[in-house]
Amino acid sequence: MSMFKINLRELAKKPNLLLPGHRLCAGCGAPIVVKQVLMATRGPTIVVNATGCLEVATTIYPYSAWNLPWIHVAFENAAAVASGIEAAFKALKRKGRMKYEHIDVIAFGGDGGTYDIGIQALSGAFERGHDFLYVLYDNEAYMNTGIQRSGGTPMGAATTTTPAGTVIPGKKEHKKPIAEIAVAHKIPYVATATPAHFIDLMRKARKGIEVNGPAFIHAFSPCPRGWRMPGELTIEISKIAVDTCYFPLWEYENGVWKLTDRSLAIAKNPKLKKPIEEFLKLQGRFRHLFKPENQKIIREIQEYVDLVWEDLKERCENI
Amino acid sequence: MSVRQRVMGLNGDEAVAWAVKQCDVDFVSAYPITPQTIIVEKFSEFVANGEVETEFVPVESEHSALSACIGAAALGARAFTATAANGLALMWEIVYIASSLRLPIVMAVVNRALSGPINIHCDHSDSMGCRDASWIQIYTENAQEAYDTVIQAFRIGEHPDVQLPVMVTLDGFLISHTLQNVKILPDEVVKDFVGVRKPVEVEIPGRGRIPLILDPENPLTFGPLDLYDYYFEHKVQQHEAIEKARPVIKQINEEYYKISGRKYGDGFVETYGLEDAETAIIVLGSTAGTVRYVAKELRRKGYKVGMLRLRTFRPFPYRELVEALRHVKAVGVMDRSGAYGAYGGPVYIETKAAFYDEDEKPKILNYIYGLGGRDTPPTMIRKVYEELLEVSRTGKIEKKMKFLGVR
Ligand SMILES: Cc1ncc(C[n+]2csc(CCOP(=O)(O)OP(=O)(O)O)c2C)c(N)n1
Ligand code: SF4
Ligand SMILES: [Mg+2]
Repeated sequence: MSMFKINLRELAKKPNLLLPGHRLCAGCGAPIVVKQVLMATRGPTIVVNATGCLEVATTIYPYSAWNLPWIHVAFENAAAVASGIEAAFKALKRKGRMKYEHIDVIAFGGDGGTYDIGIQALSGAFERGHDFLYVLYDNEAYMNTGIQRSGGTPMGAATTTTPAGTVIPGKKEHKKPIAEIAVAHKIPYVATATPAHFIDLMRKARKGIEVNGPAFIHAFSPCPRGWRMPGELTIEISKIAVDTCYFPLWEYENGVWKLTDRSLAIAKNPKLKKPIEEFLKLQGRFRHLFKPENQKIIREIQEYVDLVWEDLKERCENI
Repeated sequence: MSVRQRVMGLNGDEAVAWAVKQCDVDFVSAYPITPQTIIVEKFSEFVANGEVETEFVPVESEHSALSACIGAAALGARAFTATAANGLALMWEIVYIASSLRLPIVMAVVNRALSGPINIHCDHSDSMGCRDASWIQIYTENAQEAYDTVIQAFRIGEHPDVQLPVMVTLDGFLISHTLQNVKILPDEVVKDFVGVRKPVEVEIPGRGRIPLILDPENPLTFGPLDLYDYYFEHKVQQHEAIEKARPVIKQINEEYYKISGRKYGDGFVETYGLEDAETAIIVLGSTAGTVRYVAKELRRKGYKVGMLRLRTFRPFPYRELVEALRHVKAVGVMDRSGAYGAYGGPVYIETKAAFYDEDEKPKILNYIYGLGGRDTPPTMIRKVYEELLEVSRTGKIEKKMKFLGVR
């Protein structure tokens, strides 16, 4: 059982592990997610980062925003690199060449680096049971290379490889259920989180760190640049994503599913659930869906959201 | 004084696994591919029987194997992996990153023809393809040398002046699966020779000297974005590091001789009969055995032939090559990899370039041979020598590049 109590006054005294001066866009969700995750660390920690906006914009030789040991190797292998660190730690400790009793390993990857090109390395690391936390910061497209679609891009979204054309209006497929794919590996801990529900996020990050074996957090990470919305909407859109049940908050711990935070409240009081338009209308990437001829896509998205939400509620034991 | 050694019947792959076991490697990660698989299997047995303290991570791909080695080595561990052909090709991206991160990982490459068409037998197209990856590359001739060289490789790569990964190659099947009597040093002797990995320290302004590893007390950033304002300097540092490996390779070859009684030329090239030779063959890997056999036979008959086995291909021993072959009239360079659209095979190009500035130089011919495991019998080598003797007499070259043994 986690002894981690979130005391904001205490947390405020904790040294910043992702320092100011990085070049992520104003309003980017990624550094908020990262800072909140790192608030939940418990001791010596090493961070692995997949290629993507976070990696590129927090480092540029000779500068680094990382106030802890950090390594980036490539786009698709963050989980494999983390496996190597975690396993080598055990060997060095066994051989008396490690000065730390324990080191926590946290990997950060974008949706491209996780849903798509990195899923093999991730699945392998889960199956082998390495003790590390993998945090997916999901901005729903390949942002670093200029907003191309990924397996995490939602239906209808315009990206540079799924533009809102006259024949094909944005991406045709739904998001891959990545957190459920993680659960299917029967790893001990999986959760979803957003930077707006920060107590929930920090609590989950700490659980993911404390649990023995692999843990996975799917963090919603708004991208004002790619979503075509003002930077000040990042926290607001995160709240709406949860309120519309587009991005429900839940956790899966040792075989038990639970809704958390605002999603639990919505399950208990369905009147709180907002229509998907509330989420779509604030973002330029969905603007074309509001044309009369595309309204059916909005309906389709709503139906899918409802289906996933109902299915999730069935599975969760705390409602 | 060399110590008493145990003679064991081992194939090349098993010999490599034995070397890794004795080098007290902290971390091994690998993925099976013929003809490398026996290394992984044999090592798994050592792990399963508690004969090593190594952390062994059997990953889901070669890409992950080398990635995991990078993570382990960045933590300060001594890391090893092994692969071949398609496995090495799948690693490609990470091969370059390992050297740019300056991590002294050792990798055995069991040479196998690169697909396609898919083939499992020996040629050098796999390791030759990454000859510019800033890895040290040593091509071994037999199981004994594969064993000896893996042990040396940790010392070479981990040397403070070098800090680069090392690729030790052995010919698929011809070495990997061929049983040989291999002399195994006592565990303690190998342990003393390789020691434990001591990560280098770096001077950080305002922070003093700190170990170049992932250490929570001394946080460092590994693998940042590095654009036109520094990337080039970092690449030049890699260039300098592999140059600095030259004396280190020679020194380790000598030091190893002291404990084992075995050395391989000067660590770079090994020669036979060159003193008075009029013609010579340059060759890598197991084919050197056949060439030496034929050269001996021809010399008995009075022909002045010799050979040079190129052991270390990276860094390329251009000075040693020129010194050894300057006086020879005709040299045949045997390349076991294709040269599509190129001036010649990789060894040929390097050899010719090495001689370009010399006044005194031989005629140099290229023989592409053994692709996809095509047999290279003594009769084929005899033909090469005959042609070279003819060239040395006439000074005339009919064709610069030839394919040997092609129907
Ligand atoms: C093997 C490989 N393929 C492609 C790229 C180019 N690339 C770099 S970052 C990136 C997209 C990253 O997307 P994501 O993981 O979603 O992170 P984000 O930038 O959106 O934060 C791509 C395609 C690469 N670096 N490596
Ligand atoms: S493009 Fe998007 S994800 Fe990338 S830094 Fe900007 S806001 Fe963040
Ligand atoms: Mg993304």
